[in-house]
Amino acid sequence: MGVALSVHADAGRRRIEELFQEHEARILKRWLEIARSSTGGTGNQADRGGLADQLRELYQALRQSFDDSGDLSDLRGLLAELSRDRARQGFTPTETAIVVFGLKEALYEIVEEDGSPEAVRGFIWFSRVIDDLGLFTMESYASAREKIIIDQAEQLLELSTPVVKLWEGIVAVPLVGTLDSARTQVVMEKLLQTLVDTGSEHAVIDITGVPAVDTEVAQHLLKTVVAARLMGAECVISGIRPQIAHTIVTLGIEFGDIVTKATLADALAHTLRASGVKVVKGGESRIAVRTVEG
Amino acid sequence: MDRVPILKLGDILIVSIQIDLQDMSVLALQEDLSERVVETGARGVIIDITAVEIVDSFIGRMLATIAAISRMLDAETIVVGMRPAVAITLVELGLSLGGVRTALNLEKGVALLNQIEGSQHSTAAW
Repeated sequence: MGVALSVHADAGRRRIEELFQEHEARILKRWLEIARSSTGGTGNQADRGGLADQLRELYQALRQSFDDSGDLSDLRGLLAELSRDRARQGFTPTETAIVVFGLKEALYEIVEEDGSPEAVRGFIWFSRVIDDLGLFTMESYASAREKIIIDQAEQLLELSTPVVKLWEGIVAVPLVGTLDSARTQVVMEKLLQTLVDTGSEHAVIDITGVPAVDTEVAQHLLKTVVAARLMGAECVISGIRPQIAHTIVTLGIEFGDIVTKATLADALAHTLRASGVKVVKGGESRIAVRTVEG
Repeated sequence: MDRVPILKLGDILIVSIQIDLQDMSVLALQEDLSERVVETGARGVIIDITAVEIVDSFIGRMLATIAAISRMLDAETIVVGMRPAVAITLVELGLSLGGVRTALNLEKGVALLNQIEGSQHSTAAW
């Protein structure tokens, strides 16, 4: 029975291959129509030309795979490229998948005209191949999307952790956004490395831009301060808003002997004093400058 | 077994750790150092760990022990040149090296010792 089936299947498959050869232009045209209608006319003229080329390549690769007794690696490569492109250009998953499934519909019209039992059997086989390819397309699409997300997360990580020099021997880290373990690790390493590179003995961690502080975030901050202290630098935490102060006290987090200030300006004044710099109001000196000029 | 050399500069002893510390060499260092502190009457010990890339809890405890011994002998211990990775590891291990003073580099370590001396006695003799 199994043998008989496979013989039928082979016959059907051959018929489909023949149909593919005979009606290439028609199938391609219909396929392109279906694929285009799926995108709802959003693509511009150049994209449409690109799509026609891509479909032609896919068609060739599919026919090639018939000759190579079902080796789909070329076809998969092309499909992966297509779905990556579409994922980047912001097509929806449906719009991407319909490009592949459209071929089934295009071929079905030909098979219906042909009407022979082999062709129908072959269509079932072909339908399975297309389903496989469709799933593969979705997988490539999803992995391309994931890659974009990972890339963006990395870029965000790089963007969001500058260490700035406030004064000779004083550096500051303005933290903006939610703190998680990964980000704190990056901030911590970058801050400590800057302390070594610049020989700064004072650091200000400004959390004005941090929307919320929970036990985990506080723990991360404390670790950073202790690590800096181990290296011989003092850290001041600034930018603690009233609500955050309230939260910290309610949660029972102990900051111990770590200096905390309400604003960056207070922290800067504190570190300047600690490093022995005296700041005086410039009102009188301006008069003095004038007398020198006069 | 490698012995860690102890250098004398004025009344400061400088220990620069350049080798992978084994348990035996750490114990030898503790003995050597306490002898040299007594011998020279040093008022400060600076341990330079710039070259130390890997630490474990044993080395963390060693630093604390050396500091405690030196303090008994009236010498202040300052650990200098700790790498960021080392500091992070120590924090993750839960070692905050209480009682050990730290400085970013040897120069700042010496300055810190002088500052401590200055605040203890008004005559900064060094």
